[in-house]
Amino acid sequence: MYGTGMLKAFGVTLQNFLRKPATIQYPEERLPQHPRFRGQEFTWYEERCTGCASCAKYCPLGIIKIVTDPSGGNDQDGGTYKIEQFDIDQARCMYCGICVEACPYDALHMGTRFEAATFRRQDLLITIDDLRTRPKHPSAWFRPQLAREGFDPFTEIADWREVGRETYFWHPKRPEMVPEDLEQKASSDGEYKINEGNN
Amino acid sequence: MGESLAENVVYRNVYEFAIGAFGSDLAWLAYAIATFSLVFLFVNVLMLLATFYTWAERRLLGRFTNRLGPNRAGPFGLLQALADAVKLLTKEDIVPRNADRWVFNIAPIVMLASVLMAMGVVPLGKNTFLADLNIGLLYLVAVSGLGSIAVLMAGYASANKFSTFGAMRAAAVLISYEIPLVMSLLAITILSGSMSLIDVVEAQSIPFLLVTPMGALIFLTAMSAELNRSPFDITEGESEIVAGYLTEYSGMKFGTFMLAEFAALIVSGAVFAVLFLQGWKWAFLPSHVWMLLKVGFFALLATWVRSTLPRLRPDQILSFAWKFLFPLSLINVLALSVQRLVFADDHGNLQQSDLWIMALSNWILTLFVIPILIRLTNRSSKISTERTIELQLGKGV
Repeated sequence: MYGTGMLKAFGVTLQNFLRKPATIQYPEERLPQHPRFRGQEFTWYEERCTGCASCAKYCPLGIIKIVTDPSGGNDQDGGTYKIEQFDIDQARCMYCGICVEACPYDALHMGTRFEAATFRRQDLLITIDDLRTRPKHPSAWFRPQLAREGFDPFTEIADWREVGRETYFWHPKRPEMVPEDLEQKASSDGEYKINEGNN
Repeated sequence: MGESLAENVVYRNVYEFAIGAFGSDLAWLAYAIATFSLVFLFVNVLMLLATFYTWAERRLLGRFTNRLGPNRAGPFGLLQALADAVKLLTKEDIVPRNADRWVFNIAPIVMLASVLMAMGVVPLGKNTFLADLNIGLLYLVAVSGLGSIAVLMAGYASANKFSTFGAMRAAAVLISYEIPLVMSLLAITILSGSMSLIDVVEAQSIPFLLVTPMGALIFLTAMSAELNRSPFDITEGESEIVAGYLTEYSGMKFGTFMLAEFAALIVSGAVFAVLFLQGWKWAFLPSHVWMLLKVGFFALLATWVRSTLPRLRPDQILSFAWKFLFPLSLINVLALSVQRLVFADDHGNLQQSDLWIMALSNWILTLFVIPILIRLTNRSSKISTERTIELQLGKGV
């Protein structure tokens, strides 16, 4: 019969009226983000980067620019380059994360921020200095080792030794930064344990 | 009745003050000043209530749809109306090149004037009214008809096809729903034996909402159509005709239209309270507070309806008016006439006990009549829809 559906609709809106509103008052209250959130402000670890420029090659938009200098490189330790320039044009980035997938040494990570609005487009360009100085909040996206650790990228800061898939003294660069006791432990055990004693 | 205005506190005090200042030789001036102050008060109360309602409706609509509504401007977003007004005032005032400038400019004023004039006979509390016309209800109908003229003026003068469409739709709806509206007012007149709104209130020993539920239903539905509110807001169907007759309006002219619409809602709420909810009468609280509460109840009801019902098609709206509301109002008037013949005493007065009996019989009648009418309307509108489809697309679709 006509009218009964209308009455039901009145009931539905009345229920909504009596319910608590679902609105989140954004600047004051925020929803927790997932740790694998692909956010702005890429996190880059210079200690891990060899300058191979895989990220630049795989970027679908071609917005990563890397300039390296082989003369300053460390050929003894597996051919690393001195990185002179590392620009990410965030204004055109679509946050697909393929650069992060492509990085063989876990040097580049997605960030976890999403409030990088600026008044000028050129302010969105991330230079190597920004990448060096910004606080390291690597997202756990494509980095299962971080997710496994229960790492919360929104509050915690990760050191370059904590973010790799491998134990860090595999790393071709900076072998001198590995603490000696761990090196001894690793050689005595004969096997590597992931993320152990990395404080 | 004419003397009760002199009992109004504002009127009396201003009048006595003016008499004291000018002397009794200038009594006409004192009268003019006192009346003007009362009119000033009425208009400003109405405008304030209307701006308050713009905020309240948005907050309530928000709650009805599980949101918060505007809450940024001022405490609880109370200054939202002010912010909107400032925004409207700073907009460019555009008049289309081919527009009929004179009519185009005067249409919003006519719209607002019709609402303000309607306020003239509506009592807002005990002894608080501007004029006690003995044809008050007739005056209300006549003046609210002016609003549809304003809509037609706006639509015609804009030199825009969407404006004209919107105005034509508005005129169709307004004219169709005027008839059930007038019939429900007629039912009130039969019950109270007077067209004066003051007499109507004083005749209500029990609320007429109880005595004539059909009349209240017809009044609410027809009023919501007269106010161009959902589900009858086809004049502003954004998906079809932009903003209807408001398409070419900008700035404060648009704002005046909107203000008039909201003020019309407040006025019709006051009329509903006067006709069906005993007006200012009740116990414990001052009469003005009761009136305000009843208007608020009407506004809440209107917002609830707006948040719930989607917009109807024009043909559905018109068939609802002519096939459902019009017969219902005829039955209502007939029933009340017969009851009045049976129950009224020699002086034509209805006692409270008679009103209770009438209320009971009318509720029973309503419970029977409305399902039957719904069924009939359903069938006839189904048939007409099938015919329309056949005519447009051929048989066997």
